[in-house]
Amino acid sequence: MILAWLIIIMMIGGLLAWLAGKWNVLMCRWIALITLIIDFIIIIAIWVSNPGNIEISQKPEWLIEFTTSWIPQFGIDFHLALDGLNLILVSLTIFLGIISVITSWTEITEHAGFFHFNILWILAGITGVFLSLDLFLFYFFWEVMLIPMYFLIGIWGHENRVYAAFKFLIFTQASGLLMFLSILALYFIHGKATGVYTFDYLQLLGTSLSTSESFILMCGFLIAFLVKLPAVPFHPWLPDAHTEAPTAGSVILAGLLLKTGAYGILRYALPLFPQSAIAVSPYAMVFGAIGILYGAKLAFAQTDFKRLVAYTSVSHMGFILLGTFAGNALALQGVVVQMLAHGISTGALFVIAGSIQERIHTRDMTQMGGLWQEVPGMAGAGLLFSLASLGLPGLGNFVAEFLILAGSYQVSIGLTIFAASGLIASTLYSLMIMQKVFYGKKKKVWNIKDLGVREMIMMGAMIVVIVWLGVFPQTFLNTARSSVNNILQHFTSRNTKVETGSVDKNNLFQKINFINMIDEKRSNSMILTGHEKIILRREH
Amino acid sequence: MLNLLWLIPALPFLGFLLLAVFGGRMNKTGVAFLGVGSVGISALLTILIGIDFISSPPDGYSFNQTLWVWMNIAGFKPGIAFHLDSLSLIFTFAISFVGFLIHIYSAEFMIDDEGYSRFFAYMNLFVALMITLVLADNFLLLYLGWEGVGLCSYLLIGFWYKEPANVYAANKAFIVTRIGDTSMAIGLFLLVLHFNTLDIQNILQSVSTQWVRGSSLAVLTAFLLLGGALGKSAQLPLQTWLPDAMAGPSPVSALIHAATMVTAGVYLIARTHTLFDFAPIAQNAVATIGALTLLIAGFSALTQTDIKKVLAYSTISQIGYMFLALGVGAWALGIFHFMIHAFFKALLFLAAGAVINALHHEHNMFKMGGLRKELPVVYWTFLIASASLAAFPLITAGFYSKDEIIWYSWASNIGSPWLWLISLIGAFITSVYTFRMVFAIFFGEQKTPVSQKPGKRIKITLIVLAALSVLGGFVELPETMGGFAPFTHFLHHTLPAVALRSEESGIELLFQIITAVLTLAGIYLAYQFYFKNVKFTERFKQTGLSKFLFSGCGFDWLYDRAFMYPAIFFARINRNDFIDNIYTFITWLSTALNGMLIKTQTGRIRWYATVITMGAVITLTIVLVS
Amino acid sequence: MTFVPFESGLILAAVLFLLGLIGVLVRRNIIFMLLSTEIMLNASGLAFVTASARWMQPEGQVMFIFILAMAAAEVSVGLALIMQIYHQFKTLDTDTLNNMKG
Repeated sequence: MILAWLIIIMMIGGLLAWLAGKWNVLMCRWIALITLIIDFIIIIAIWVSNPGNIEISQKPEWLIEFTTSWIPQFGIDFHLALDGLNLILVSLTIFLGIISVITSWTEITEHAGFFHFNILWILAGITGVFLSLDLFLFYFFWEVMLIPMYFLIGIWGHENRVYAAFKFLIFTQASGLLMFLSILALYFIHGKATGVYTFDYLQLLGTSLSTSESFILMCGFLIAFLVKLPAVPFHPWLPDAHTEAPTAGSVILAGLLLKTGAYGILRYALPLFPQSAIAVSPYAMVFGAIGILYGAKLAFAQTDFKRLVAYTSVSHMGFILLGTFAGNALALQGVVVQMLAHGISTGALFVIAGSIQERIHTRDMTQMGGLWQEVPGMAGAGLLFSLASLGLPGLGNFVAEFLILAGSYQVSIGLTIFAASGLIASTLYSLMIMQKVFYGKKKKVWNIKDLGVREMIMMGAMIVVIVWLGVFPQTFLNTARSSVNNILQHFTSRNTKVETGSVDKNNLFQKINFINMIDEKRSNSMILTGHEKIILRREH
Repeated sequence: MLNLLWLIPALPFLGFLLLAVFGGRMNKTGVAFLGVGSVGISALLTILIGIDFISSPPDGYSFNQTLWVWMNIAGFKPGIAFHLDSLSLIFTFAISFVGFLIHIYSAEFMIDDEGYSRFFAYMNLFVALMITLVLADNFLLLYLGWEGVGLCSYLLIGFWYKEPANVYAANKAFIVTRIGDTSMAIGLFLLVLHFNTLDIQNILQSVSTQWVRGSSLAVLTAFLLLGGALGKSAQLPLQTWLPDAMAGPSPVSALIHAATMVTAGVYLIARTHTLFDFAPIAQNAVATIGALTLLIAGFSALTQTDIKKVLAYSTISQIGYMFLALGVGAWALGIFHFMIHAFFKALLFLAAGAVINALHHEHNMFKMGGLRKELPVVYWTFLIASASLAAFPLITAGFYSKDEIIWYSWASNIGSPWLWLISLIGAFITSVYTFRMVFAIFFGEQKTPVSQKPGKRIKITLIVLAALSVLGGFVELPETMGGFAPFTHFLHHTLPAVALRSEESGIELLFQIITAVLTLAGIYLAYQFYFKNVKFTERFKQTGLSKFLFSGCGFDWLYDRAFMYPAIFFARINRNDFIDNIYTFITWLSTALNGMLIKTQTGRIRWYATVITMGAVITLTIVLVS
Repeated sequence: MTFVPFESGLILAAVLFLLGLIGVLVRRNIIFMLLSTEIMLNASGLAFVTASARWMQPEGQVMFIFILAMAAAEVSVGLALIMQIYHQFKTLDTDTLNNMKG
């Protein structure tokens, strides 16, 4: 029930904030903030009381589960569950929610009540997406988070907001529709085969599908998630939406909405259709690697601060795609850390871009320069998060990128080397931020204030998290371990089937399976046989 | 005592944190006290731990300390852990001690700068990370230090960020070294794949038991790690960033770009000597790259006019010597040259900084001159350091370190006459450009008036380093002078001794005499051309060869055209992301189709009625006929 | 009592319907178009009545009542709209009233 309350509190808080906003603007901000802080306390309490590190088990084990009947006629349940993976993501959601409320404290003055209603409902939607274990419920929350986001961009955005809002909505809706069709198809196939018509994830998990069915259905899911992620070539909505959205919108978009795509792949696309997922994994990894470099290249060419940061998201999400489909423990743990680290670092960069825009009313980096003298505190924070984004060791992104690349190296050497050159590209754009914005001569006589107490607290919190991620990632790795191992088992459980099938021996996904098997053995600290060692060496 | 090992990097790091958070609100005395003090205690601790380590060595002559497990995934378990052995002890000592001296110097040197606390924060961070690098027990922590010192280098080169040129230089340094770092990172992935660990000692152990000597795997790994070393240590072909890095304040050039960070590559190769031993091709490459670099950089140094650029090229060249030593298997000598080089090159940079400050930020040494009388302490210390750099025979430390490298480049079982010849020419050039500098700055007539004389703290630093530049050599005497060599004995607990070609052992003295004579000849040549007979050199300056060497042999020109311009070009032409056009085309297409359909909506009721009728008639016809 | 032949009734209805349709298509005055629509409605009503007489079933008559009611409603709404249109545009020519063009 506590899980449902997490969502309900946010929805009620949103309504209250809307009502309160009609007669007192400050009050609606406080209502939103307090609502989120309550939620944050709840989720942290859950986290602290469940230290994680659960032993590997065959079935997914949930820390907390909540089921109640919703529309029994169609087999739709209100089914929420929490495991290590979504515990981390829900915590991130609420944390960034608090950040985005604080960052809009002075930025948003028009229709503040409705603004906070939208923020809280987006967060409720995202939390629902992360928690739900019923496919219909999942789709329901998937839509709940989109519509308020559309308003957020369309009403409080910058110059080109309507265009960006429509683009965002069309991309995500169209791809979401494909997913809904897949969900329905899965529902009927499962119903026909077993006689039980249900949307329940756990029951649908074992549905036996023919190869082509499984492939088509997976594509429906995968495209929705790839658009959300976004993977190249489905990314064009992202730079527009991120650039035009208000700061809070950009933080939520980059920090959270993109993560729903990654989460969807991990929770749905892989476990529901492991065979097809493994079959497409080499291609997905190629697109991931391309995304890393292509995003970095585009980021390097931008002059608009927020647009630059937006493209870096494309690049960082390429790592997630690469790691997810590498399908071994190193890479998947890296993906988990990357989701967190990217959420924090990119969110922080958007906050910085937003606070600069609030002060000097432009996002054009060619008009900035020499801001270090004026706002040393902000510049220091900007430096730290630029460095995080280029993957400096000691900060969260490094742990993530290292693990992902080390993991993908075990699957494909060439691709990893290609992707690793993204490390150089990320240096280029990160240093460009520093050079154009904070270093150099002053372009104008700025008369602006450094970070205030409110912004200091916000930045301080984000710095603590990103450093913590870089230095003590084990906290998060432990929490996510059992979930990651469960996902890995979906990768490996179909192993035997694939191997006995008439598949080309030199196929890449054969290798992946093999590596997974060995990986699994390593993680169970089993000893590799000499034969396996030899094969492993030959494979590489 | 050894258990306090973690404090050596932790103290400067604490200093950094305090300075970063509260530095803006502290006065300059407080900042200096904190910044210098943290490194000072760290240096003191290093010496105490060093004494403890040598007097009662732990088992296996190494000491491990794990602070916490960094990450633990499927058996891959790198920790925040330190490993102290003779190699890392020497590096830690050089870093903390030279770092401490340079901090004292900076406390006075930077006193008028508005970024005083920022400077000390960065410097403390650098010392902390550099010590982490050399003490790291696994490659991942080493990589943390590795990238971290690169960051500090970036921050300190661009310390005077208001000048865009400084920021460009800083960016260049970071990006060029990052290219090497990426190669190293790929090497680490390879190691993770094969050993599922990054623990250095474990890996070296496994390499020697599991891999085949000369196998392509060993060679590949060695080359990938070498890539990182080349970037960091500014060796061919990634050397171009170091001369530009001189945009930073002089203490930074002394500490980071001469004494410590740029020798990280030397450390890495020495640390992984087993791997390079298993990859003879890679080890030969190290020697060859070292030899080529020392030659090219030496020639470039000959033509520079900016005093700091001369020293920068000289640094590249001296690191070339270290690489050469490592490449011919004289591991301990490479490290010895590192230590001596740290002393005298830091001194040279610091003295150069004092000169530059005295002459109102004048960098061109041909506008200096005659400073012998005005700045006696600087003159004498600079002279001592120069003599050490030029390997003036018998009395300087540089002689003892460099001479033996030259000897072993011949005598080692993997040495060769070519390497020897190149290193000999390099030694000759070194003495020419070094004394060219001495004559230009301190002799002749005074061209710029002295505006500011160095104070007590600067002088003390210079004198201490000068003493070390002379005395440091006597811990390692060649065979011909009694072979008293506690330094290499100490290092041989970690690094293997150099293997000689048996038949060459008798002629070492002859080689030493050749080297010594060439060094003296170089000094005489510098005296002739840059003091007595300046006209010839003026004419030489106009030649194309001189200009070519002045530009660092055209590497920048080449890289600009080969990499930078294409990269910028490709970024520019696709700034607006052509993929977006695909989607824009889809929207355009639907708008166009919509436009066609819109034509039918005329707004005339009669037209609609007609169409409805026709539709009804056609439908009825179809229904009735079929 | 002689019955009008079934076919003649239907033919009359068809002729009326066609006349109405042609009226709608060729007249430009909106009032005449409304009148023509009425004719078409009544033609279909006639067809219903004829059919009901042919099979001796009451539903046809019922349908005619429906059509009458609907026609009355339609005329009242239509005329009100026409009044408004005339008020606004000062014309009843449908070809010039093409503001709804796409």
